[in-house]
Amino acid sequence: MKSAQIPPKLPILLRSIKKSLWIYLVLIPPFTLLMIFTLIPIAKSFLLSFQNWSFHSITWTGLENFFRLVNDPVFFKALQNTFIYTIVVVPVGIAIALALAELIRPQPPAVQTFFKSAFYLPAVVAAVVLVLVWRWIFNANNFGLLNYLLSLFNQGSVLWLQDSKHALASLIAMSLVGGQGGSVVFILAAMGGIPVHLYESARLDGSTRIKEFWFITLPLITPTLLYLSVMGTIGSFQLFTSIYLLTNGGPNYATTTSVFYIYKTGFQDFEFGYASIQAVVLFLIIMGFSALLFRTLSEDFEY
Amino acid sequence: MSKVQTGNFSNSRRKAILYKYSQARASSKTVFAYLLLTIWGLLSLMPMYWMITISFMNVVTLLRMPPKLIPDPFTAMNYIRLLSGSLLLRWEFNSAVIAVTNTLISLFVSSFYGYIFAKKEFPGKKFLFWILICTLMVPFHVVAIPIFLMFRDFHMVNTYWGLIIPGIFSAYGVFLMRQVIKTLPTELVEAAKMDGCSELQIYARIILPLSKPGLAVLGIFTFVGNWNDFFWPLILLNDSKIYTLPVGLPTLQSQWTDYGLLMAGATLAALPTIVIFILFQRYFLQGITVGAIKG
Repeated sequence: MKSAQIPPKLPILLRSIKKSLWIYLVLIPPFTLLMIFTLIPIAKSFLLSFQNWSFHSITWTGLENFFRLVNDPVFFKALQNTFIYTIVVVPVGIAIALALAELIRPQPPAVQTFFKSAFYLPAVVAAVVLVLVWRWIFNANNFGLLNYLLSLFNQGSVLWLQDSKHALASLIAMSLVGGQGGSVVFILAAMGGIPVHLYESARLDGSTRIKEFWFITLPLITPTLLYLSVMGTIGSFQLFTSIYLLTNGGPNYATTTSVFYIYKTGFQDFEFGYASIQAVVLFLIIMGFSALLFRTLSEDFEY
Repeated sequence: MSKVQTGNFSNSRRKAILYKYSQARASSKTVFAYLLLTIWGLLSLMPMYWMITISFMNVVTLLRMPPKLIPDPFTAMNYIRLLSGSLLLRWEFNSAVIAVTNTLISLFVSSFYGYIFAKKEFPGKKFLFWILICTLMVPFHVVAIPIFLMFRDFHMVNTYWGLIIPGIFSAYGVFLMRQVIKTLPTELVEAAKMDGCSELQIYARIILPLSKPGLAVLGIFTFVGNWNDFFWPLILLNDSKIYTLPVGLPTLQSQWTDYGLLMAGATLAALPTIVIFILFQRYFLQGITVGAIKG
């Protein structure tokens, strides 16, 4: 027994590779698809950034797109709009979801399910559908719902979407109304995982609801809130549908977001090269946030 | 478990007692909570309410302010005009073909590869899984241009294929099914192997039946996601015969917006996902958290 040598690692590895050969064969098609639809397009986006595409000719232009980008006020305006939108919608949205979840938490299960469903329902309806209804609500004429409500208070009509002072704020308000369903369900699931005896002992010590929320609930659901804020940020960076259907990026670029500008440059002006360098910048920003996601949640990430 | 438990009460029993206690102490607060929740709930559902109401109004009443909460006179005219004078049914059909096809493909592909990543051990597995997770993070908008150019070269613009092929292998779906299948006992797989089952038999006879709840979650999310998808169809399709609903709907408005017609179309577009949600509500509410990275 003593003389039994530790078997060399390489043959074992080879044997297990041979044993799972069928797995590798089976994995070829899906990873080919991943290559074709993710890895190669990313590489190609980088390449396109150095090219000038017109319909039938491709020319290498070096850093021309890059210099155009850093001198393009619309690009920075789009980034700025995207940031403003994200910085308002993500925290305020999570705060609303948190308040709703805290209000739902003490209710009996049937009531919980009822409100969870009511809040989640808008999430299954196509964004296009909801945005078209909001177009009626925001209508600038006096037959828009919001302007009618204003007229009840003797206020004049507001150009919700056509005035560069209000347009972005209107879009932000639109996303906040009815956009919390998923977050509420997430937060309630996290709250349900908190052991009841923590609340019990706090209750015995004479705590209040507010104190329990602040010292028990909030610290214990922080990972969930972090997850929601990073995912929300990544989602907000890709805002497109409401811009495309309601404002078309205007007035005066007040609501042009990064993805909308990419769409406009690429698929309306057909400047694929210039659109690609914007996509690459957006990609790098989103990757940064994703790295953050992995870092903050790495303890919870189980393989 | 029993070590943690200090009293004789089960967790749910304690919750009930705690709940009663707080009820007695704060019934006025409960009323207040219900009030706030109801107000916000009504606000969230308001757009859908108006959508349905307006779709049954005639041109005259829908322009009148204040808007009537219930259509009077009640008319189905918008629906009749819509179905006879537009391609809406065609779009509904296109959307259904795409959503159903992608859902069926995703159910099989994701559960099969989910099984491999959940229960099989092979060198390089962690690395391959890591690549999978990384691709989850790539926003589609970033890769849309190269994929569009590629599809244009392969003449897949304005085809169903262009909407189906990118969704065949969904990293999200594989990840979700892996999370579900991982919770199944490995002994079952080993026992089946002892009895001489092939890998395919294990997958079809043991893994698939046991992961039904996970498949339900994946199925409804894939269906709803595909049904509602906007950006990619908008880029790929420019022939109105092949439009999906979200792409077709906004084209319904003519010079001056005909809200009655538009809302009738919106209602028909929203109906399938709303029905699915009501039927499978339980899966939706449980499933949202399954797909989270932290699982």
